[in-house]
Amino acid sequence: MNNYFLRGIGVVGAVGLASLLAFSLPSNEARGDGGGRVLPQTVSKAWQQECASCHVAYAPAFLPKASWRRLMGGLDHHFGENASLDPATQADILRFLETNAADSGTSRMGSRVMRSLGANDAPLRITETRWFVRKHDEVPHAVWSRKSIGSAANCAACHRQAEQGLFDEDAVRIPK
Amino acid sequence: MTKRVAFIGLAWLALAAGAAAAADSPASLMAGYAHEAGVPVTSLSAQRGAALYRTEHPGRNGQAVSCAGCHTSNPAQPGRTRVGKRIEPLAPAANPQRFTDAAKVEKWFRRNCQDVLQRECSAQEKGDFIAWLSQAR
Repeated sequence: MNNYFLRGIGVVGAVGLASLLAFSLPSNEARGDGGGRVLPQTVSKAWQQECASCHVAYAPAFLPKASWRRLMGGLDHHFGENASLDPATQADILRFLETNAADSGTSRMGSRVMRSLGANDAPLRITETRWFVRKHDEVPHAVWSRKSIGSAANCAACHRQAEQGLFDEDAVRIPK
Repeated sequence: MTKRVAFIGLAWLALAAGAAAAADSPASLMAGYAHEAGVPVTSLSAQRGAALYRTEHPGRNGQAVSCAGCHTSNPAQPGRTRVGKRIEPLAPAANPQRFTDAAKVEKWFRRNCQDVLQRECSAQEKGDFIAWLSQAR
C-alpha cells in the first residue's frame, strides 16, 4: 500500500515536471504575439523571392483575400513603384496569398485581423487595419519616421525576426 | 541497364551544371544589348552609363528620382529601398551575383526605368549601364 502511494507520487511528479518543461520551453513554431501562427507551414518560393526583394515578405494572414487580389492586380503601380511580374509568377503568388489569407481560416492571426475589419473592407496596407493600429498605438509618430526605421512598413526594423514570421512583443527592439 | 541509366543521369547532371556555369555574365549581356541596338559592343559607353545612373528625373509624384537615389552614389555600396530594406551592391566587383541572369536583369530594367525615366530603357542605355557598372570599383 505504502509502496503504491510512493509510486503514485513519483508518477504525478514526473508528469508535472514534464509538462512544466514542455510549456516553458520555447516552441519552434513561428508564432505571433499571443501564439497566433503568422507564417503558413509551407511558404511560397516566388512570394519570398519577389516580394522580399524590396520589403519584408508580408505574411498572407495580415490581409484578407480581397486585399491581396486588389494588390496583385495593380503591381505596376505598387505604392508608387513598378513591381510588375510575369503573369505566371503573379498568379502563383496570388494563389499562395489567397490560400493563407486572413479570411482563409488557417491562422489565429488571420482571425484577429478579420475581427478588426468590416465585411467588405479590403485595405491595401496592413498598417490600415484596425488590428495593426491598435497593436501599435503606443508608438509615437516621431518614432516611425526615424531614419533607422523609415516607415511603418519596415516591420523588421523593430521586429528583428519578422522574416521568420516572429513578432513577439518581448523581442521588439526599437532602433534609435 | 542500371549502370547505363546511372551514366545517362550523370551525363545530364554534368550538362545541367555546365549550362548553369555558362550562365549570363556582364560581358554576354553587354554583347546582347549591343547586338539588339545594332552597335558594336566597343561603342558602349561607361560614361553615358554613369550619367544615366546619376541623373535625376521628375518621378511620378513630382519628387526627383535617380538610380543613385536608392543604390547610393557608389554602386559598390549597398543601397536601401524606400521602406528601408537593404539592397545588395549593384556593381559586380562588390557583388558577383549581379548580371548573371538575363531574365532578372530585364525585370529590373523594365521596372526601374519606368519608375525613374517614366519609360522603358533602350537596348543602348541598358548596354551603357552595364558597361559603367562592370568597371565600377
